[in-house]
Amino acid sequence: MSVFHIVVCAGVVPDPLQSLVPADDPAKPALKNELMLPHVLDPWAEHALYEAAHLAKTRDGSKIWVISLGPKAKVQQVMMKTAQKAPFQLIAVDGTSSGFSDSFAAAEVLAQTINSIEEINKEQLLLFGGWESASRASGTTLQLVGEMLDIADQFQGVDELSVLPDGKLRILERLEGGEHQISVCTGPPAVLGWATGNLPEPPNNPQIGMVNMRQMMPALQKAQVADLSQPTVYHSVELPKQKRETQVVRDKPVQEIAREIVEWMRLR
Amino acid sequence: MDSLKTLPSDDLRAVLWRFADRYDLQMLIQSVRAVARGPVARAVANGARNSHEWTKEKADLLDAFDESGITALFMEPARGGYIEGPKNLALALTAFELSWVDAGAATCSLAGNLALEPIHERGTDAQKDRYMIGAVPPQPGEERTILRGAFGLTEPLPYVGVETGMLGGKVRVAEWPEKGEPLLQIDKRGRFITNMDFANFVCVAVDSDDERIKGSCMVILEEGDPGTFDRGAPTLKLVHQLSSTRDPVFNMRVPANRIIGGYRIKDGVLIPNFSHSEIIEAVFKRTRVTVALMSAAKLLSAVEPIIRYQRGRFRGGNLEPGSPRYELGIQQKDDAVHRLASIWAMGEASASLGFAAARIFDDLDPLEKEKDRLFRDLGVERGRQEMKELMKHQDKVVTAIDADQDLSDADVLLRYIQIDALANVLCPASKLWCTGQGATVMREAVSLMGGYGITEDCPGFLGQKWMDAQLEATYEGPEAVQRRQLTFTMTQPVFLATVRSWMRQLTRIEKKIPGIGAETTAKSFELWLTTLEFLQTHKDENGAKLYSSSRQGTTFQLADALSWLLASFYQIQDLHHLMTAGNESPALADELPSASAFLVDLCLIQAVKASGEAARLMAELFYGYIWEAEATQRFTDLRCGMERLIKGVGEAKTRAGRSLAAVMIPEALDYPQ
Repeated sequence: MSVFHIVVCAGVVPDPLQSLVPADDPAKPALKNELMLPHVLDPWAEHALYEAAHLAKTRDGSKIWVISLGPKAKVQQVMMKTAQKAPFQLIAVDGTSSGFSDSFAAAEVLAQTINSIEEINKEQLLLFGGWESASRASGTTLQLVGEMLDIADQFQGVDELSVLPDGKLRILERLEGGEHQISVCTGPPAVLGWATGNLPEPPNNPQIGMVNMRQMMPALQKAQVADLSQPTVYHSVELPKQKRETQVVRDKPVQEIAREIVEWMRLR
Repeated sequence: MDSLKTLPSDDLRAVLWRFADRYDLQMLIQSVRAVARGPVARAVANGARNSHEWTKEKADLLDAFDESGITALFMEPARGGYIEGPKNLALALTAFELSWVDAGAATCSLAGNLALEPIHERGTDAQKDRYMIGAVPPQPGEERTILRGAFGLTEPLPYVGVETGMLGGKVRVAEWPEKGEPLLQIDKRGRFITNMDFANFVCVAVDSDDERIKGSCMVILEEGDPGTFDRGAPTLKLVHQLSSTRDPVFNMRVPANRIIGGYRIKDGVLIPNFSHSEIIEAVFKRTRVTVALMSAAKLLSAVEPIIRYQRGRFRGGNLEPGSPRYELGIQQKDDAVHRLASIWAMGEASASLGFAAARIFDDLDPLEKEKDRLFRDLGVERGRQEMKELMKHQDKVVTAIDADQDLSDADVLLRYIQIDALANVLCPASKLWCTGQGATVMREAVSLMGGYGITEDCPGFLGQKWMDAQLEATYEGPEAVQRRQLTFTMTQPVFLATVRSWMRQLTRIEKKIPGIGAETTAKSFELWLTTLEFLQTHKDENGAKLYSSSRQGTTFQLADALSWLLASFYQIQDLHHLMTAGNESPALADELPSASAFLVDLCLIQAVKASGEAARLMAELFYGYIWEAEATQRFTDLRCGMERLIKGVGEAKTRAGRSLAAVMIPEALDYPQ
């Protein structure tokens, strides 16, 4: 049976339910009160972690490492929930998780961190992460990390991974209109940038959380500081143009709702 | 000073309520929150409260509690739990998080612990192993039925009630084999028994109806025992509908080893090791604190929905975004934000008092066990002999407290006496004040939502929370029971010495943080001590003592006055701790300055309100009887001195109001409506 070493790159982002207001600071684009807002694990990376947990559970001897590049205090806060979801080893890197940092610089830090984990066998490595990010990032970091680790097999927008009896990996990548591209690769190493996956969020398991936390608290204490300062200059930053038009209508047939949505999209 | 920027974070709460170093508790909060704002909130939003019956939707919550670790929380790791040591704070946080959405769900979860509590506190090792391990949810692959319990104390007397000295439930010897264990016949009618729809064991309180059994006891009944295990009719309650409540009838035979805590035989008489009143005293001493936290959570949970309602009040018409009327709604007006600040201040005080009580019991539990071990080794028996032994050390404790000596490294008995005296006040005071005053202030919260407040779809379920608060003020000992307990405990010398030490502490805090209301609270404590002293040393015109257990017209009012002041004291003490320890937390670097400035204003607002309420109650007592002129003058001077210290409260309200109009809130509530 194949054994995997799964590394999940998972940053933290402000809870999307919060009011995310751009701050008026031309020197350093940011969100208003960003570090005072409650944070969550980046939702796409969260799907990646759940998929990793499921895969590791079904493959004896497999192990998960979660590498989180973000403000240490916020990573700690997020781990109070995430640590209860699945057994994994946290490697925290203290630095900005703002989407305004350069993805190449972030990828370098992540690749160096992965390379420094002696226990990892590159031949068994599956590099997981989100194909997108809620951090306002460009969605290129994971691909760059893969390149830096010389991993040629890369898949983005992944919704499903299955391990075939001969050890090959069957991967469904999301296309438009609910269609998927099906690929089969010989096995690890591979990069999988997850879309939403298709597995449910595992329930909180406090026993797993307690075991994880015994290792995580020291890991957070000794988190290395990453300097992501770079010469990138942002000339202007603005919110995506989006307008919410909410209607509260009860008991409308599904077909009617679908027709209205199609009509709305056609008009735009 | 900046106004409040965001609603207080979890990191800030962890420092404020003193569990920043407990990651087990921080994880617990996340776990419980996911259940509260997920399945519980969906059940309420779907109308699950609109039935007295135990529906599938309600029963599914038990699975959610099991999966998330809420059910196993109560147990020690050796018996399947996952948190080491005392769990009063853990249970208080659980109650707080569940009640943030629905207190009935909290009751449903905590009632299982209530059933286990007699076994936990006084049960034999065999009883603990069977019922506590059995109550842990089965692990995957484990084939067994989970044990779920109910606590059968309350009886139809004739309506509904509990009397520690009187029980309708009876126990008799059914059979007593010559060399075997007696078989007991139990007859018990319960009323208002929580968890009765699904409980498969019940701990019932019964009194002897047989000369071969001495006194009362608590007995464990199992569903499969011979006889009648009738779950009875659902109680037609108007509140806490997510918990199951029925009026059961039991007529069963059980072996005598089901007597909680065991028994001994002397001269042919079966003597239970613990009477039912000894057991329930140990049980309620702890479980009442969690109920206090339920009401506290509701007040704080009301803040965000009210802000959103106030701001959006005029949107939806033809107003243009950007105009003050559109952006601020009724937050343009002082009254709306000042009243909200008062509700928030009450919520803070309530939570501070409740969590302080929970922490005190976490301190008390190991000391109590150590004290019991010590007395057992010395051959000191429970009851009067133990009391006498403790009294010998009381003066030493009072002297140490008066000298501001730290007793944390002192002898076990001295520490026990100190902590027990405080716990005996904080438990009834938090239950009394947080639930009773909480219910009144929840009404105010509902009123701030206008007509929306009394609809089923009011965001935050505020109307339901208001109704539920009345049950919290009633069950596990109604307000009169708490006041009666305070009548005795608040006059103990160790507690009075503690109050004097708080007055000195408050004066020091005021110097460090001017405007926090500490000096006002210190003066109010002085006024309270003065009033108590006069009541204890004076008689009315008929020569009857003014302070006696039968004179509830005076003692109960003094208990109410003290409870107001205790809540204010712990609010101030928590904030003082936050402003000291919070500086060392990198997570709070951005948040602390504006949050603490806002919380200082809330402390002052609450201190002034508490002092005013307490002074009014005490003035009624003081001027209500005929005193000599000198004594009256002293009270008047003290009261005037205290009232002069409330200066600045108007400005505090203005600042707090500005903060409430500017604070960033999430786009939407994080649970359905």
